[in-house]
Amino acid sequence: MATSDTSVVVRPAGFWSPQAVLRRLRSGDAIAHMVTLVFGALVLLITVLLVGQLWTHSSASRAAFGWHFLTTSVWDPVFDNYGALTFIYGTVVTTFLALLIAVPLGLGAAIFLSELAPPKLSAGLSFVVDLLAAVPSVIYGLLAIFTLLPLLSTTVEPFLKKTLGFLPLFQGPAYGVGFLAAGLVLAIMIVPYIVSVSREVLLSVPADQREAALGLGATRWETTWRVVVPYARIGIMGSVFLSMARALGETMAVTMVIGNTPKISASLFAPGYTIAAVIANEFTEATGNLYLSALIELGLVLFLLTFILNGLARIMMAATESRGGGMRT
Amino acid sequence: MKKILLALSLCLGIAGMLAADNPIQLNAAGATFPNPIYSKWFDEYHKISGNVEINYQSIGSGGGIRQLIAHTVDFGASDMPMTDQQLQQAGFKILHFPTVLGAAVPSYNVPGVTTDLKFTQKALAGIYLGTITKWNDPEIANANKGVNLPAADIVVIHRSDGSGTSFIWTDFLSKASADWKNKVGSNSSVNWPVGLGGKGNEGVAGLLKQTPGSIGYVELIYAVQNNIAYGEVQNASGTFVKASFDSVSAAAAGAAKTMPDDFRVSITNAPGKTAYPISSFTWLLIPAQIQDAGKRDIIKAFLKWMLTDGQKDCAGLSYAPLPAPIVTKELKAISLIQ
Repeated sequence: MATSDTSVVVRPAGFWSPQAVLRRLRSGDAIAHMVTLVFGALVLLITVLLVGQLWTHSSASRAAFGWHFLTTSVWDPVFDNYGALTFIYGTVVTTFLALLIAVPLGLGAAIFLSELAPPKLSAGLSFVVDLLAAVPSVIYGLLAIFTLLPLLSTTVEPFLKKTLGFLPLFQGPAYGVGFLAAGLVLAIMIVPYIVSVSREVLLSVPADQREAALGLGATRWETTWRVVVPYARIGIMGSVFLSMARALGETMAVTMVIGNTPKISASLFAPGYTIAAVIANEFTEATGNLYLSALIELGLVLFLLTFILNGLARIMMAATESRGGGMRT
Repeated sequence: MKKILLALSLCLGIAGMLAADNPIQLNAAGATFPNPIYSKWFDEYHKISGNVEINYQSIGSGGGIRQLIAHTVDFGASDMPMTDQQLQQAGFKILHFPTVLGAAVPSYNVPGVTTDLKFTQKALAGIYLGTITKWNDPEIANANKGVNLPAADIVVIHRSDGSGTSFIWTDFLSKASADWKNKVGSNSSVNWPVGLGGKGNEGVAGLLKQTPGSIGYVELIYAVQNNIAYGEVQNASGTFVKASFDSVSAAAAGAAKTMPDDFRVSITNAPGKTAYPISSFTWLLIPAQIQDAGKRDIIKAFLKWMLTDGQKDCAGLSYAPLPAPIVTKELKAISLIQ
């Protein structure tokens, strides 16, 4: 009989004879094994095919520009000169800004909902937060255009300019649209993911961890911050990865508020452009082969960017896994 | 035995019924600008002909051209004429048939200005190149004597998505300024020297409303239907013309004399005192040789109908119809489809 530890398997004689195989197939376990293996392989296959398609259809652009594609900041469809640098910059800046705002906000809300709020309030608010996650991104974009942009251009940005205007981050004309608006909209969109997943993970921390801390004389906050949250660290990081992936690929809401200008600027008030936004804007009307190929290569760049950022984040997480315990999500 | 015969005859009967009413289906794809009027035309033609169904997908001019070259659709539609390179790439002859006219108008939001501003060609080119940066610049002020233009910065707005409207606008700017032609050129998407990008006519209009001191261009029909104020542009004869169906049709009529036989022409900056300089055709792209005789006859009949009765639908949907000399020329060109 095969053991459940697949590293050491003892197979009896005649295991692979036709009768034995047929007998095993008729039992449920073998079929379940095969079916789930096929499903897992299918997911992997889809990813590989996706990358394969992106690779083959961007061949014209890769041949024409090579590595310069990643370092050039020109995007000229008339003279067929393409470079991804401005879009990579825009994508990374808006995502980073969104995470900077959303992670403390989301984590704080999750801690409140799991540790400090009365159960009924917690359940009710969690329901509302899950609803927020289901709102389509176009709606967020529309809301941002009508409410956030006027607020930014008339109140927030002039205020930031007056108080922190010495920093290059807050200089330049305040249009309303720009990196700041896009970062804020993305932050609002990814907060529900952080809140709902972190709340689940925090609730699953075993009670004996909390009781042990309280028994040693810790206050409520000390228990939460020094015992519960570190225990749930991996799950919380998982929710951050999920939100980062969403923010990297977000298209409609971003293109409505970022100003769609392929330029690199130090200021958060300046308009910019992200990879997803430019593909959505220009793909349908792209007529030249090189133009189309460059847009597809941008898609490949985004895929690689997500891959690299996720990888870096996981490495960072593994490096801090010194303390024992913690749950995997 | 009887049951089998009964079942067989029933099947044949149903098949016969289906075959008799079988609608002939054609597929087309392309430009988004004329989508409302094409939808109306195809629907009306279906009612008139009884069994012709033309299925049109507005996936964009670029998509339309690609699908036509790939033989996925029977004919395409585009807001821009195909370039020589694209025609060569196609490998087969493609005929262009103008259907309706479109135009791009300059709209603006200048604090304190409520009248229609007049823009010279140099002013528009300078604004979009970034060389003219203030509203009270002499190039703008001299054309608008009596209007109190503030010393505010001009915020330029353009389309971020690829669009026929951008093509019309950049085509006009290429003719208005050699600098623009060399630095930027004309296409549905270009490397804009300055300005914010709005997605779609709605994006540009939204940005215009929210940004004081801004200028942007929108499609004429959109401006008319949404009551957006727009300015006048100086045409090739020196007159300041406000865009309207008459002035746009006048631009097409002015270009009719020098119209090439394949209709692949840009009518921006057209000659004529009343011509609006930022106008353009939108074209149906028909293969010159269609193997299927049935489809060929249908396409030819549709084109004839579209050029005569179909043009009456234009006014209702706010499109500028084709002028008579162009219609005559096109009716003759239908015979080129074989």
